[in-house]
Amino acid sequence: MQQIISFIIKYKYFILFMLLEIIALNFTVQSHSYHKSKFVNSANLLTGNIYNKIHSFKQYTSLKEHNQQLLEENTRLKNKLSRVSIDDTHNTRSIIDSVKYFQKYSYTFANVINNQYHKKYNYLTINIGSEKGVEPDQGVINSKGIIGITNTTSKNYATVLSILNENSKINVKLLNSMHFGTLIWNSKDYNTLQLIDLPIQANIKEGDTVITGGRSTIFPKGIPVGTIIKFNKENNSYKAIDIKLFNDMSAIGPVYIITNFDRDEIINLEENAH
Amino acid sequence: MNDLIKNSLLFIALLLIQVVVLNNILFFGYINPFLYILFIIVFPLRRDRGLLLVLSFLLGLFIDFFSDSGGINAAASLAIAYIRLPLLKGLLRKSEIDFLVFKVTKLPFSKLINYIVVLTVTHHFILFSLDYFKFSEILTILSRTILTSIFTIILIILSLLLINKSK
Repeated sequence: MQQIISFIIKYKYFILFMLLEIIALNFTVQSHSYHKSKFVNSANLLTGNIYNKIHSFKQYTSLKEHNQQLLEENTRLKNKLSRVSIDDTHNTRSIIDSVKYFQKYSYTFANVINNQYHKKYNYLTINIGSEKGVEPDQGVINSKGIIGITNTTSKNYATVLSILNENSKINVKLLNSMHFGTLIWNSKDYNTLQLIDLPIQANIKEGDTVITGGRSTIFPKGIPVGTIIKFNKENNSYKAIDIKLFNDMSAIGPVYIITNFDRDEIINLEENAH
Repeated sequence: MNDLIKNSLLFIALLLIQVVVLNNILFFGYINPFLYILFIIVFPLRRDRGLLLVLSFLLGLFIDFFSDSGGINAAASLAIAYIRLPLLKGLLRKSEIDFLVFKVTKLPFSKLINYIVVLTVTHHFILFSLDYFKFSEILTILSRTILTSIFTIILIILSLLLINKSK
């Protein structure tokens, strides 16, 4: 017994060091895996408030671009609406059964208060949280394309797993055909992502547009992603298809968070099927 | 000023400078210096090393909270806090280490540089190894360690000069 105590006293700093180091490594391993609730995240009260303060200073510098971006989006949506109203002149009336009719997606807006794009595992912090109904695994987009997926939430803040993250895998498809692939990031350039698992039957050329596939419960179909800038064919399969994003990931302001009302139903169904 | 107040002020100031300013500076698109390890470098030398170990772990962990990076900063700064005393013992003669009056800024310049370089490079190497966590990316890890260390070391020396001037 005495030997154990004297051992502990002799190596007390080493034991303390090892103990804390194991805690730190545990956090690190947690942060590298996708489906783990993370204790260390920037959605808590302290970090969220400080990032919010910084953001309220910084946002003035980019107001002009964000206004322009929102104007462009408004114009596009208004044009879409005015095309719909042509149908009003038809004198047919469709009866919508209010029980069967339901809305599939809803959008909430938020501001990005912290944005990372230079690391291997990048996260964004947004200024709304569980109080406004944000949950983990919701899609985050802006008018130009996809941004990421919500990851951890607190009462007033949430972190978003950026598409610039080694753990990010997003189902996408080509605009002009029904071929699906997966969007990943090789952590090199923050405006270039990679498309993998695209079948060889797909006929692609440089400049083709890539949109979200809608096969997951996170993103609806048809949200813009980017254009193909480079690809090579090897042994009858596509290798390294580079995609240039429509978004500039280093300058992101207002974003939308997508709620899918069918999500629980689809997930339940899929779990029961196995 | 009291040692306790001085060090807690330094702790908070370095934490805020790191997350508010330095984490947003991206030289060449991806280099941001880690000035916060200055806290470990100038912390008073004590026989009881427990306090420095706990404080450096907490400082790193706070930085991790802000940058969503798990525990990489905590692990790296804890490691250099642990090797600090053995390193100083190796660099200096026994008579030069006086626990009560020891000041980092009073070290001879060449030894000071050695001390800073070893601590910074060790810290950055552990940090980037844990961040990339893949043996196949060893070249990226090394290049980022070296490039970032250069900027961190310059900033640390400038801050030490400032601290010295203001006295």
